Amino acid sequence: MGKRVGMEVSIAAAEAVGLCDVDVIAAYPITPQTHIVEHLSELVADGHLDAEFIPVESEHSAMSTCVGSAAAGARTFTSTASQGYALMAEICYIASSMRLPIVMAVANRALSAPINIWNDHSDMMMARDTGWIQTVAENGQEVVDLIIHAFRVAEDHRVLLPVMVNLDGFILTHMIEPIILPDKEEVDRYLPPYKPKMRLDPQNPLTFGPVGMPEVYTEAKKAQDEALKGSKAVIVEAWREFEKQFGRSYKPVETYKADDAEIIILTMGSISETAMTAVDKMRAAGQKVGLVRLRLWRPFPAEELIDALKGAKALAVVDRSLPFSGGCGPVCVEVKSALFDRGLSPYVQNFLAGLGGRDVTVEDFEAMAAKVSDGLAKGLPMGYEIMNVRE
Amino acid sequence: MGVATEALKDFKGFHPKKLPDVEPLSPGHRACQGCGEVLALRQVMKALGENVVVASATGCMEIITSPFPQTAWRVPWIHVAFENAAAVISGVESAYKALNRKGKIDQPDVVFLAYGGDGGTADIGLQALSGALERGHNFIYVCLDNEAYMNTGIQRSSATPYGAMTTTSPPGKKSIGQRTWKKNVAHIAAAHGIPYVATASPAYALDLMNKVKKAAMVPGPAYLHIYSPCPTGWRHGTDLAIEVARMAVLTKVFPLYEVIDGKWILSRKVAKPKPVSEYLKLQRRFRHLTEKEIEAIQKRVDEDYDKLLRLCAMSAEPAGDKAAEKE
Repeated sequence: MGKRVGMEVSIAAAEAVGLCDVDVIAAYPITPQTHIVEHLSELVADGHLDAEFIPVESEHSAMSTCVGSAAAGARTFTSTASQGYALMAEICYIASSMRLPIVMAVANRALSAPINIWNDHSDMMMARDTGWIQTVAENGQEVVDLIIHAFRVAEDHRVLLPVMVNLDGFILTHMIEPIILPDKEEVDRYLPPYKPKMRLDPQNPLTFGPVGMPEVYTEAKKAQDEALKGSKAVIVEAWREFEKQFGRSYKPVETYKADDAEIIILTMGSISETAMTAVDKMRAAGQKVGLVRLRLWRPFPAEELIDALKGAKALAVVDRSLPFSGGCGPVCVEVKSALFDRGLSPYVQNFLAGLGGRDVTVEDFEAMAAKVSDGLAKGLPMGYEIMNVRE
Repeated sequence: MGVATEALKDFKGFHPKKLPDVEPLSPGHRACQGCGEVLALRQVMKALGENVVVASATGCMEIITSPFPQTAWRVPWIHVAFENAAAVISGVESAYKALNRKGKIDQPDVVFLAYGGDGGTADIGLQALSGALERGHNFIYVCLDNEAYMNTGIQRSSATPYGAMTTTSPPGKKSIGQRTWKKNVAHIAAAHGIPYVATASPAYALDLMNKVKKAAMVPGPAYLHIYSPCPTGWRHGTDLAIEVARMAVLTKVFPLYEVIDGKWILSRKVAKPKPVSEYLKLQRRFRHLTEKEIEAIQKRVDEDYDKLLRLCAMSAEPAGDKAAEKE
């Protein structure tokens, strides 16, 4: 097993990609993703990683190049954030539809305008309907682990889908944390070499990306939907194998003191660790508050979520992006849909917090718990609230 | 000696009686009757053979060859989107480079081709093309230029010639049709300092195929701009594509040349050029033009051709190279 060392999370992310022996990296710089690709280019320049590093002229070309590379049978990685994701979004739909196992780390950042380089989840929420698998890290170790896991899941012939590993911009990317980097041999045992099912090969010519007439389009989309839904079993299996190999356990939905909780706070990403502190504080004060965190965002783990929420009378669902739908944020919409499908109707209040780098504090979580407790007791209308708006 | 000059020093062209039998782009595709573009693409593929990976931009050549479950492609082919064929082939080429180097495959001689129409090249794909040329990937980019967005119904592009009627540059009381002069992407490609740039025409098939062969032999990026008559969009007879293509060369509207390691070389000097009107009158997209407007086009064609001759003359000047060789 590797040693635990203090390391910037972006450097660790790049090292993890290196440990996975990628063949091609195509990337364009954007804050706060830059340290990841800078370090990858260093690994290649110093001969530590035998890969083609393609400094493309845009994120659109980054993803296009990744599509070409993955279709040619190479293990392929890229990384972006925010506007960069927005620019490449067109090709992200195509990458998943062509069933190409690209892995991308997204250093989650707010979308313009106003231009804002700080953390929220606008970019990953824009990606929510693209057909990518999306996992979410809460700390640096998880970033490393989820990247290694991502390649194994993506390249599994039962899956063959791209995977996006989300890590909060700055809050994770620029933080120095104690991280265990596994040995290369350990990673090799966990992650078999990429064996493409189909590739662009003159010895076996295939047509990739043909026209889909109305007679076949629906069937193609249904097959893709089945693949994404079916990926959950492989994702979970790969996490179980990960635990056997590396000793760290991951689940689609993680809980913290949620078993007997009457009030549950639901989070995703690095704010979860702050939320744990808040839960500890409220528990110490005798409140039955627990925490549920989404580790897997796509495919949405509805069964696991409902299982984790059972017994709770009130939910405080945190969203970190505004959907401009006139209603709840995307996480809350999914949660409510999962509850409704099963005839469950706890009190649910949606809190939009941590937009564009605004801190979410322990006190904020305490306030959320208090509000849902109050709302439940008084039968207040459910809805959403943008937190801490300065009047 | 430049890399292209070096690679081409023993170049042998195709013999007209011994053209390859291979047809990597098979018949039975769904192109319009008389399509000059698919003819040009067929010539490209014939010259390249079968050890090739092809990336296609969205456009006529994509839709007519790939309606699932049919395909006209006997070589590996990928279509991703409209603007990114050059970026896609960058990825394919880099993947092959990495996989060969790491011993995961043993296919060092595969040729990489990306193609797009004028819209996919001069407009929406120009950035991706420029990036791929600048980065120096070992690939060929072919622009099949039919001078408008034909696949979507004949809308103007930046490669539509001055005065032409399209569905978004209609002539009218206050319009002569296309108001702008054609963007010259071959010159833009040459400005990247890549080893090989050429223009070609399906009316001069042997010249076209030889240029494709050269493009494949040259290390690094090669750019081919191929004139591709479109009977549907240009409003000419379906038996006239080759005639129109030949007339474009004979009137100096579309001169054939190469740029090898930065040296401009005319492929075919037009000794007694025909008047531009001979070319324009074959196509109903120009039929609204007045004498005066045709004169303006003639003037511009003459100027552009003279500019090209000057570039060729400058390249031919012995001073720099000869002196350097002696040292």
